[in-house]
Amino acid sequence: MTDLSKRSLIKVAALTALAGATLIGCGKKEEAAAPAPAPAAAPAEAPKVTKAAWVYVGPVGDAGWSFAHDLGRKAVEAKFGDQVQTTAIEAVPYGADAERVFRDLAQQGNEIIFGTSFGYMETMLKVAEEFPNVKFEHATGYKTAPNMRIYDASFYQDTYMAGIVAAHMTKTGKLGFVGSFPIPEVLRNINAFVLGAQTVKPDVKLSVVWVNTWFDPPKESEAAQSLLNQGADVLLQNTDSTAVLQTAERNGKFAFGWDSDMSAFAPNAHLASAIVDWGPYYIKSIEELRAGTWETKRTVWGVKEGLNDLIKIADFVPAEAKAKVEEVKAGLKSGEFEPFTGPIVNNEGKEVLAAGQKADREWLDGVNFYVKGVEGRIPSK
Amino acid sequence: MLRLEPRPQPSTAWSYASPLLALAITVVIGVVLFSVLGKDPVRGLQVFFWEPIKNGYALSELMVKATPLMIIALGLALCFRSNVWNIGAEGQFVIGAIFAAGVALMVDRSWGWLAVPAVLVAGVFGGMVWAGITALLRDRFNANEILVSLMLVYVAIQVLNYVVFGPWKDPMGFNMPQTPTFDRAARIPRLFEGLRVNIGVLISLAGVALMWLFMFRTYAGYGQQVGGLAPAAARYAGFSSRRALWVALLVSGGAAGLAGALEVAGPIGQLTPHVPVGYGFAAIIVAFVGRLHPVGIVFSAILMSMFYIGGELAQSRLGLPKSINGVFQGLLLFTLLACDTLIQYRVVLGRRRS
Amino acid sequence: MEVFFLNVATSLNAGTVLAIAALGLLLNEKAGIVNLGAEGMMLCAALAGFATVVHTGSGLAGLAAGMVAGAVLAGIFGLLVIWLNTNQYATGLALSLFGVGFSAFAGVSYTRENLSSKMVSTPSIWADVPVIGPGLARLDGMVWVGLAIMAGMIWFFYRTRAGLVLRSVGENPDSAHALGYPVRRIRWLAVVAGGSLCGLAGAYLSTVYTPLWTEGMTAGRGWIALALTTFATWRPARVLLGAYLFGAVTMMQFYLQGRGVQVSAELLSSLPYLATVIVLVLISRNPVWIRTNMPASIGKPFYPGS
Repeated sequence: MTDLSKRSLIKVAALTALAGATLIGCGKKEEAAAPAPAPAAAPAEAPKVTKAAWVYVGPVGDAGWSFAHDLGRKAVEAKFGDQVQTTAIEAVPYGADAERVFRDLAQQGNEIIFGTSFGYMETMLKVAEEFPNVKFEHATGYKTAPNMRIYDASFYQDTYMAGIVAAHMTKTGKLGFVGSFPIPEVLRNINAFVLGAQTVKPDVKLSVVWVNTWFDPPKESEAAQSLLNQGADVLLQNTDSTAVLQTAERNGKFAFGWDSDMSAFAPNAHLASAIVDWGPYYIKSIEELRAGTWETKRTVWGVKEGLNDLIKIADFVPAEAKAKVEEVKAGLKSGEFEPFTGPIVNNEGKEVLAAGQKADREWLDGVNFYVKGVEGRIPSK
Repeated sequence: MLRLEPRPQPSTAWSYASPLLALAITVVIGVVLFSVLGKDPVRGLQVFFWEPIKNGYALSELMVKATPLMIIALGLALCFRSNVWNIGAEGQFVIGAIFAAGVALMVDRSWGWLAVPAVLVAGVFGGMVWAGITALLRDRFNANEILVSLMLVYVAIQVLNYVVFGPWKDPMGFNMPQTPTFDRAARIPRLFEGLRVNIGVLISLAGVALMWLFMFRTYAGYGQQVGGLAPAAARYAGFSSRRALWVALLVSGGAAGLAGALEVAGPIGQLTPHVPVGYGFAAIIVAFVGRLHPVGIVFSAILMSMFYIGGELAQSRLGLPKSINGVFQGLLLFTLLACDTLIQYRVVLGRRRS
Repeated sequence: MEVFFLNVATSLNAGTVLAIAALGLLLNEKAGIVNLGAEGMMLCAALAGFATVVHTGSGLAGLAAGMVAGAVLAGIFGLLVIWLNTNQYATGLALSLFGVGFSAFAGVSYTRENLSSKMVSTPSIWADVPVIGPGLARLDGMVWVGLAIMAGMIWFFYRTRAGLVLRSVGENPDSAHALGYPVRRIRWLAVVAGGSLCGLAGAYLSTVYTPLWTEGMTAGRGWIALALTTFATWRPARVLLGAYLFGAVTMMQFYLQGRGVQVSAELLSSLPYLATVIVLVLISRNPVWIRTNMPASIGKPFYPGS
């Protein structure tokens, strides 16, 4: 080796050593200051300002899932005024970035952090472990920790009612569903939709198309179009944009709004919007936090608690459909009515719920089939 | 009248100054942007340039982000210097991650210390296989490597979706598209307790050293680059352009695959459809801003990571959308390319003497 | 049978986005410039078009705004690669990355907007025609525009002097320069015109195809359009056919799903890209074919007076 190259090698080696040393030096310093969380660990007294944060998987402007959560956050702000200081981070992808965001929020002094998407589960568990004094709430998940709990909605109650309206409006007897991922939640929604429609038209059929994404308007539009091309004339979706509704409008057919009130997007096609209003739940969580009664549990709310609803039913929907929906809604509100009440048969002919039996939590969580009336098979089964 | 006049020979001073000038221009535009949006520009600069480095935790996060960029950019630098335009590093990253995950899913404690190297080697292999397809098609059929490698990115993403929605899906995962989390033994060891930075950073620094040696101190490396700079001369001197093509693509593919393995067995810990985040494309910028030089790439990778993290922080601290980071990255490359002309040309006042 | 024509119509719609963008890129490449920034241009144009319709209520203004946005970005790109001779691939990539980021950034406030109230959907007179009626009614006006552009390009390239000059610039800029043609200006004009077509495609996507704005909504269409020019061996008619084919493949995955056909969704989604690779391989194998079809100076910088 020449002198020149030896010098260059030394240069590179020195750089490596320097980088390593810097990291070590800083690392030691940081360990001393343990990641310290909230200002007060003891149960808070009312007048204190609570810092709360929300993390969304999509952009708030998606008019769907994340938008609905943000409305819930705004409801908290409206209720508590300057007693609560909120932060919202949107479009946080799952994985390494999410971890950084959650940790940063915890370090910034937030006492409660809401992670609004299934994919944050592992990330939140990890961060929750490091910040025992910060409360974490995970939407639609199934793992908990002493300082992390889970919450969910019951969209299927909305879709059941939508099914009633759809059956009244369909001329071809064929319904369409644009699905995101074939997970139990979405399958529940699909099945409830068909069951609701079958109370009006027992031989109604449903076609499902999967787009494998929560949010991709052009793709949702194409999926909707293909359903319409095949003869479906009322569409429902589990994806987050208004594309399906607008496609129905362009074709002179019908569809529903999802997650939020989408009536403004399609004056002629919009039948009703299946919504979720997270406000009541978030307000309750903050109240529990401030009162010191926050505890780990699983909360699943629905129409009864004011979390879900089918709203803005169009004027041109026949009165008897509206009346039936009100009837169902009353039953849901009182807690007496369960859309998934046996006998229920899956689309391969097997009975999945015995006659007279009401579905319990376990049954609902484990839905992995199509009921009779849904065409095709669930992908990757 | 301002005119561009070619220099008698490229200016070395400007080849160092150009990236700095580009950065300065980008920062100035950034400050203007912040002001126009009604945000405090000083706070904006702070969020982008101070917060990501202000303590050990921040530095660790910076390195977590910079590591994959560095590794991929090193491979791309070699590639571009050889005049092989591998735009498909993102696809090679994904396939590397898939291969690595495949091994990681088989790992349990009985593997001992073999687990991590096995996972990494699998990643390198996967990336090489994917880049090899591009190399093969260019070698045998003369197909343009830009388009082929780019199309393969989308195919790679579909392969990822297939694997994650189908055969490798976590049976306990509520039918959500993701694999089970990898066994602890397969996870990339971290360097310090409580910080996320892992040995990937050491690997990338080693890669910098190795690449530097190869490029500037070996005969083979020299031949590799001559093929890119002056193909006719290379042929005359007996350097095989076929070999240069394969070496360039296999090395950059392997590097991208390694980065994929480090990401998936490191910070992520499982295979999900969200593995591709654009590192393969960002690394192209890193490579260019780093002047296609290993040491330069270290700095440009750190710079890009600052943009990434700064953009994230800009959301919570300034209320700016995260996409501002994409604006800065694109802007940086643009200004760099523009400033690079100053290496070949100088700005002259006055009329052309004719 | 009606269903068949409906599907054909939607495939044509889907393909038209690709077609118009690809025709724009073809214009560039015939002059010898490869613009990898298609994705970025399309997104910025989509945003510009969408925002314009939101503020003015006019669909035409939206399309025009998209064309302007595409032209402006292409113009900047052209300045860099033609006058400053920067690397075409790197500059195009920078344009793409910048365009994606900038459109996402600037478009944040538009994500909640909708155009339905501003654009009245008129019932089509075709709808009652038997068999092909519903299909025709479903056809977007843009499809006809795409056909017109293709026809115009064929006429321009092969029937006009200007087109001949453009093609010669693309084949051998040095000779063209020796003949006294302003090579750089011609190239720049081609780049700007091509960019405006990409912009048109982008604006169509966001104002008609899916009247919504989302960041990244082109989802790689710009890159497919780039591949299309090679796929079509640089002939306008083939570009259009290829684009429609890709549009059909896109709709195919949903069609098959709806039919209950259990083909892997991922395989279907990757069809357009695999098809491109296969065609690339097929046409590249024959160096003579490439030589006769590909503009010879693609990607190479031009130095006048060298």
